[in-house]
Amino acid sequence: MSDRAKTVLLHGGLLALLFALQFMLPAYHHGNLARVMVLASYAIGFNVLFGYTGLLSLGHAMFFAAGMYGMGLAVQVFDAAPALALVAGAGAGLVVSGVVGMLALRTAGVAFMIVTLMFAQAGYLTILYFGSYTRGDEGFVIQQAQRILWGIDLSDPTNRYFAAFALFASCLLITLWLVRAPFGKVLIAIRENEERAMMLGYDVFAHKLAAVIVSGTIAAMAGAVYGLLFGYVGASFASVQYSIFPLLWVLLGGAGTILGPFIGTLFMFYLIDLSSGITTAYMLVAGVALVALTLFAPQGLAGAVRKRIWRGLP
Amino acid sequence: MEIGPYLMLASLEGAVTAAVLALTAVGLSLVFGVMRVVNVAHGEFFMLGAVLAWWITSLIGGHPALGFAVALLVVPVLVGLLAAAADMTVLKRVAYDPERTIVATIGILYILQQVTLMTYGADARPVEPPFNTRLALPWVEFVGGKLQLYWPWGLSTTSYKLAVIGAAAGVLLGVWWGMTRTKVGLLMRATQMDRDMALAFGIPVERVYALVFGLGAGLAAMAAVLIVPIQQAHYLMGGDPLLLSFIVVIIGGLGSLPGTVVAAILIGLSDGIISVFFSPTLAKILATLLVALVLVFRPQGLFGVRRA
Repeated sequence: MSDRAKTVLLHGGLLALLFALQFMLPAYHHGNLARVMVLASYAIGFNVLFGYTGLLSLGHAMFFAAGMYGMGLAVQVFDAAPALALVAGAGAGLVVSGVVGMLALRTAGVAFMIVTLMFAQAGYLTILYFGSYTRGDEGFVIQQAQRILWGIDLSDPTNRYFAAFALFASCLLITLWLVRAPFGKVLIAIRENEERAMMLGYDVFAHKLAAVIVSGTIAAMAGAVYGLLFGYVGASFASVQYSIFPLLWVLLGGAGTILGPFIGTLFMFYLIDLSSGITTAYMLVAGVALVALTLFAPQGLAGAVRKRIWRGLP
Repeated sequence: MEIGPYLMLASLEGAVTAAVLALTAVGLSLVFGVMRVVNVAHGEFFMLGAVLAWWITSLIGGHPALGFAVALLVVPVLVGLLAAAADMTVLKRVAYDPERTIVATIGILYILQQVTLMTYGADARPVEPPFNTRLALPWVEFVGGKLQLYWPWGLSTTSYKLAVIGAAAGVLLGVWWGMTRTKVGLLMRATQMDRDMALAFGIPVERVYALVFGLGAGLAAMAAVLIVPIQQAHYLMGGDPLLLSFIVVIIGGLGSLPGTVVAAILIGLSDGIISVFFSPTLAKILATLLVALVLVFRPQGLFGVRRA
């Protein structure tokens, strides 16, 4: 079987499975899977930058929150329709990631991580500071009446699942196309050896900036959809924890693979869900997983598959 | 109160913040300087120091000074040993790769924080200061063309707060003396300058790393023991010291100890004074943005010199 056929079969198979599961899952897992698909889209965005370009951002919550608040404030303050609000969310992510990318990409390595962390912290505090609009930590609820997109009520579980599925499928297919296109190959070249990519005549800064913008806008789109589907916008989504989560998901699933973000999000979501039933200290699981992954399995689950079974896994 | 006494009060509070911050940040700066890694779990070692101080003082009982003295001696050593163990089991195994170290220390951060939550609980608990005399402070005013002292109402500090400033200054002098005048300090500086050359000269670099990591965490723990009678011990208290230490270390110039101390005094004092006039959230937003922009446009820090 050719690589192309295998790729189509694998990713198409996952999407078909997720589509079919809609009709089989019990209500609780049905709701969870919708959540996982939206969060996995966030992780896919993060993976474009971390996995394919080799830039580790510790501030992706700022993009996720930019999308969420761009959407939420459009609905709440300007009374916008959901479709327009989603565009506002994506637009907010585009602008924020463009500006942050221009500044942060002047640094490299550890400094890039700290700069993104600091910008995200400033963003989080800004949300708290403008509490009269954002309602700070408490957040605000998006009413059911404000969540009807083109006549489809997104608070209904079935519709919500399909909306989450549509977002996830489009993010997956876009990135799959992107990393196989020449643009994606250049990103991988930058990850592997930046000087060599530069010497071959590629504009490294422009490619990295484009990667930050693509990554940030996908994250923002996921944030906007998350707010709309689950009807809540809150500052906790801008906190450091939500910058660490996509890193954890992508590391677990496999950085630099298309399926990795989904696998990692699914596993981690259920791991945290189960452990939060036992103890309030459920983030312990995340801590142990982070240390164990860096020590023993830096390539993650899908990375292990790529190493042992199929070297051509995209 | 008039503005003068008010400012004096704010700068006294600021001086306490600055003293504790200097200790914490010097710990972080030392680790970065010698090992070239960023320890994101630094704030949790601070938190652990405060929680262990509460534990030891409540275990010993008797006069508060007794328990506090034991805590001050024992807690930094305990936390330092724990950090050295983390260094040898985790950081050594990722070969001090800067990026993987950050991810691993984020993991250690959550482990320490959540284990504390499971054992110590979510309550904030106080530690009684060993001594706490209220000291009224004078201010000057002009009466009939002559300077004269008076005691404005509310302008006071406590003997304990002054002791914190003194103790922090003493420890910092000790660190400086240790780094510049002792054999161990020489080994650390040699490792900082050139790891491979140090190794070639037979310096046990791995043991130096474990020592430095333990020492950095121990300094944070000592700062926490000093501040815990003023604040309270809580499992989430590590966030602010971490952020402030980052700010201080970056503004002071990464890895430069004198720069770190100067920046700590500057940030500590201005934090006390600024939060009198502005909202603390706004002050924090401006500080984090300042740090990000310093890293972008002046990576050697405001006081640092650009290296070739």
